[in-house]
Amino acid sequence: MLANVGFFTIVVTFGVALYGAGAAAFGTLRRRPALIDSARNAMLLTWPLLSVASGCLIGLLVSGAYDVAYVASTTSNAMPAYLKVTAWWGGQAGSLLFWSWLMAAFTTAASARNWERDREFLPWVIVVTMITLAFFLSLVVFFENPFARLWMTADGQQLKALFQPAGAIPLFPADGNGLNPLLRHPGMVIHPPMLYLGFVSFVIPFAFAMAALVTRRTDDRWIRITRRWTLVAWLFLSLGLILGGRWAYDVLGWGGYWGWDPVEIAAFMPWLTGTAFLHSVVIQEKRGILKHWNMVLIILTYSLVIFGTFLTRSGVLSSVHSFAQSAIGPMFFAFIGLTFVTSLSVLISRWPELKGESQLDSMFSREALFTLNNLLFMGILVVCFWGVIFPLISEIFTGQKVTVGPAFYERATGPLWAGLLLLMGVAPLSVYGRTSWNNLGRAAWKPMAVSLVVPIVVVLLGVRNVAAVLGYWLVGLVVAVVAYEFWRGALARRKLHGENLLLALGRLAGRNRRRYGGYIIHLGVVVMALGIIGIEIYQTETQGTLARGEQMTLGRYVMTYDALSVFDTADGKNVARAVVTVYKDGRQVGELYPRRDYYYASQQPMTIPGVRSTLEDDLYVILVDWQPIGTQGATFKVYHNPLVNFVWGGGLIFILGTLVAAWPERDPESARQRVSARAGVARA
Amino acid sequence: MRKVGILLLGLGFAAVTLAAMAGRAAAQGPAPSDDEVNAVAKQLYCPVCENIPLDVCPTQACAQWRETIRLKLADGWSEQQIKDYFVEQYGARVLATPPAEGLNWLVYVLPPVAFLAGAFLLFRALRSWRHAAAAAPSAPAAPTSSDDPYVRRLEDELRRGG
Repeated sequence: MLANVGFFTIVVTFGVALYGAGAAAFGTLRRRPALIDSARNAMLLTWPLLSVASGCLIGLLVSGAYDVAYVASTTSNAMPAYLKVTAWWGGQAGSLLFWSWLMAAFTTAASARNWERDREFLPWVIVVTMITLAFFLSLVVFFENPFARLWMTADGQQLKALFQPAGAIPLFPADGNGLNPLLRHPGMVIHPPMLYLGFVSFVIPFAFAMAALVTRRTDDRWIRITRRWTLVAWLFLSLGLILGGRWAYDVLGWGGYWGWDPVEIAAFMPWLTGTAFLHSVVIQEKRGILKHWNMVLIILTYSLVIFGTFLTRSGVLSSVHSFAQSAIGPMFFAFIGLTFVTSLSVLISRWPELKGESQLDSMFSREALFTLNNLLFMGILVVCFWGVIFPLISEIFTGQKVTVGPAFYERATGPLWAGLLLLMGVAPLSVYGRTSWNNLGRAAWKPMAVSLVVPIVVVLLGVRNVAAVLGYWLVGLVVAVVAYEFWRGALARRKLHGENLLLALGRLAGRNRRRYGGYIIHLGVVVMALGIIGIEIYQTETQGTLARGEQMTLGRYVMTYDALSVFDTADGKNVARAVVTVYKDGRQVGELYPRRDYYYASQQPMTIPGVRSTLEDDLYVILVDWQPIGTQGATFKVYHNPLVNFVWGGGLIFILGTLVAAWPERDPESARQRVSARAGVARA
Repeated sequence: MRKVGILLLGLGFAAVTLAAMAGRAAAQGPAPSDDEVNAVAKQLYCPVCENIPLDVCPTQACAQWRETIRLKLADGWSEQQIKDYFVEQYGARVLATPPAEGLNWLVYVLPPVAFLAGAFLLFRALRSWRHAAAAAPSAPAAPTSSDDPYVRRLEDELRRGG
């Protein structure tokens, strides 16, 4: 019953979304406001409808209705209730419904705003969002139905269908296969929703951009309306990427957090264009230039969002993330192509109307430096995109599949990241409009001089790797510049408002959240960079087979193998768990329990490292193999990961900065000023 | 006499065999360590477990590949010889990056060419905007279009403060 209700609700929502898109387009072209209102109501209806459908699926998952194929393939009796709920996005069909539900929620939120001022945007925002929603729902309706039941035909074949096929009998398995063990980690429970939130929220600025193009309102209004949406999208995408990294570090057992896997890159690409967009829209707002470019960036971001979902969900590139493969690939491909070509056509048709309102006054101005930032982000994007699709191109043209592994990406993007760090150090000191090399030099010399202390100190401490010294200097430069900016801002505020420095510092971020939130994000990035330099350049590893009581050494660490136990657990897995004692500089610092879990139902092993974590470094121990009981030998792989926790700490600062930048302004002083500014405009 | 001849022949064969075995043993040296095996395995990918380097892949098949590497190293094979062997057996996809030959050149050439083309276009655009600005009548000096008076004042202050 629940399955039928769920599926028919999705079918109705699909119809409602199609109607909404059609009514909005027809209503605006034929100037029928009633139709546009009806389209808006249709849009508002999609979220409640999809909430009903999702509620049905969750009900089936939690109650263990294994006659439903999706429930049988993603849950099992042994799974706790919360994991059964997360199975909503743990498989192909459910995750498409989840995507659609989030998309509907965001379009509802977008439509909840006051439209009186921008009424001409409304129909086209509805068209774009409802077409996107209808596309995802069509995949659920026609290809990946999460409510399909299991049936057995007369000749013993197992089928998936909502209604009873002729001659088939229903199947009621006593237990399900359970969720993919890799997805049971807390990081992985939250990681997909964060990524999807990031993905769907980028659809909103894209919809407004298209609306602006179609309605010829090519000023920066669409950017101002969607500023916060973009930041929120970027926040969720960043959170998704960071959580994905943490999950990889904790669960995949290869000593790292980022493997340049094609599906990781698929989520990273919209982040790259989104970051470039966040920077370049500031230039359009301040100087009225780069209008074409901002449109290109948001079109690219939207297309990469769909492309990312396509790579994750179609199984076109098999990788550790591609848990599912299905026949939806061609549909996705056609949709990406169609939306990309249509949006570019609309952009080209409005090209002359997007002419800049001012000119570039200096090559050293902030706007010029921001365009350089965009060039570097685009450079990284090209490397990522090319690296992901080249194996496909090679297979199509030569029949030979090749691997494009981390070494390619690291070598190709390394100098570009360094360039971005340098810009992060220089651009905040530049000003808009006319400025000269001398002006920039005058602003930069103090923090530049302070930052030079860093390479001198690290060289004196014995660091000889040129890339590491350069990296540490760039980190030092950005930190010095951020500190300098806060300091100068606080001084200026003290002068203007007579506040003491502490209060001025506190209020500074609150008064111009985007600017100082941005600086906090920069700080987060360089703290992460410290960790990345640490693990990329100074990671060491060793592997060996030990008998009980034997030890192995890695740098200042010694690890002794004490014991190993192998046992079955109630939740259907076999666990091999080793006990090792860790010594640092001859002093015992703790015990670790690296283990290997083997899930009987899915026949899948999972490596859980034992990690001793400090701010200075991680000792990361993996149980690689063990001998049958009696010989008592076990093989361990041990990684020493210096500074890796700076990656996570930097991630937290990064997220904090994004929250500061995206937080709605509630400062009474600012509100007063805005009110008086508006009154002034009204009087004028 | 004939018996002596057979005996000498037998002794000669035994000597040659022993010498060959001794030579092989000398070539083998000590058994390769896990770290030596992993140093090679790190640069290889098995065709089944895509995107997981061979040194960390937990599957049985990859463990067997690592054993093959160990045997080859024990036989005195170089790192390059072992990589060539796997390429011959399973194709170029086992390598961490495509070999720079044929169509694969594109993977290395396109990103820098695209970046340089982007840099050239950006430089041209910036230059043309600057020329247009120079031709335009007296643009206001360093305008800040912020609608927030505090930010405007702060930016002015910062500019003056240098």
